[in-house]
Amino acid sequence: MSWARAVVRATCPESAGAVRLVLEVDGWSGHVAGQHVDLRLTAEDGYTAWRSYSIASAPQQPLVSLVVQGVDGGEVSPYLISDVQEGDVLELRGPIGGHFVWRAALGGPVQLIAGGSGVVPFLSMLEHHRLAGSDAEVRLLYALRNPQDVLGTGVLGQVGPRVQVTYAYSRSAPPGWQGPTGRLDAGVLAEHVCGPAAAPQTFVCGPTGFVEAVAGALVQLGHVPTSIKTERYGDAA
Amino acid sequence: MTSIDTPDRRLDGNALAGPLLELFTIDLSAAMATCVHCDGTAPLGEQQLYADAPALVLRCRDCTGVLLRYSADSHSTGIATVRADLSGLRLLVAHVPAAGASR
Ligand SMILES: Cc1cc2nc3c(=O)[nH]c(=O)nc-3n(C[C@H](O)[C@H](O)[C@H](O)COP(=O)(O)OP(=O)(O)OC[C@H]3O[C@@H](n4cnc5c(N)ncnc54)[C@H](O)[C@@H]3O)c2cc1C
Ligand SMILES: [Zn+2]
Repeated sequence: MSWARAVVRATCPESAGAVRLVLEVDGWSGHVAGQHVDLRLTAEDGYTAWRSYSIASAPQQPLVSLVVQGVDGGEVSPYLISDVQEGDVLELRGPIGGHFVWRAALGGPVQLIAGGSGVVPFLSMLEHHRLAGSDAEVRLLYALRNPQDVLGTGVLGQVGPRVQVTYAYSRSAPPGWQGPTGRLDAGVLAEHVCGPAAAPQTFVCGPTGFVEAVAGALVQLGHVPTSIKTERYGDAA
Repeated sequence: MTSIDTPDRRLDGNALAGPLLELFTIDLSAAMATCVHCDGTAPLGEQQLYADAPALVLRCRDCTGVLLRYSADSHSTGIATVRADLSGLRLLVAHVPAAGASR
């Protein structure tokens, strides 16, 4: 598969440190919720760098949205956050991934567990769930540092009755917060995710350390390893 | 020196599916990969990818043995040289559209 032209149709802030890029991709064949694309940047001297980004938009939507969280000192993300403008052309390869995906036809229950920007593929799944009128039971446990870091407020604010969203704050919580705080250890997970008895399909996405800790704790709680799908984003050094 | 326990840039094999499209015509993330070292079998997308080495190195999630090494150097000439060492894969099983069918 060769690199396709992606025209930036809009960029808008998604949180203080993240931007949503809305792309019109030449020859786009559609995608499945949970898939990602590779974006490639080429400097004037021919040097290239590519990074993977999950697709945030639902398959039913005509344009492809990505949500990029800035990584301090990073090679690619600061450029995508600050320099890319409407009308710019990027190079994109995808959609990619036949494994970390959910379609309405797969049904539920589905347990989604996100750390930080790891919520992005779940925004696609939840929007797909809503637009498909799915009655699958879905739960999202979304771990973030501070309330203002939340991504996808648009999608998360209008989920249907079959979807339950739980936030967990590791640094600062909103005033009067009664929900989970701190790390997602086995105790927090036991309380806030679908137990193994319900045989959920579980998806875990976020920084590598987060994903590995959560997946390990889920197995400890009795979840079958093959029922857990992971997408590791890499880690801050 | 990065040990294999360093979490940095340890990714899921899923992230290798894009680069492999330079060489293969289908997305291999759901293809079942069998390890030469331990015979463990799992979807390629669930194996462990080490993305910091000079090449992308895919390791078996069961025994951490090397399944596949892959590199592509891209030049502004429009020609890239791809190097793939597949010697750690005993078998790769993929479901592809039958000849003539479109996807
Ligand atoms: C399949 C897949 C999907 C992804 N989807 C998204 C997405 O939807 N949105 C998104 O914002 N990112 C996503 N990422 C992460 C993204 O690909 C980049 O790793 C990230 O944007 C940092 O790139 P960079 O060039 O700015 O940093 P780099 O120059 O690569 O790294 C700079 C420093 O930051 C560290 N670092 C690298 N990646 C991360 C990270 N993810 N978090 C924290 N520190 C990191 C590195 O170890 C290094 O120390 C995804 C990654 C994968 C593998
Ligand atoms: Zn092995």
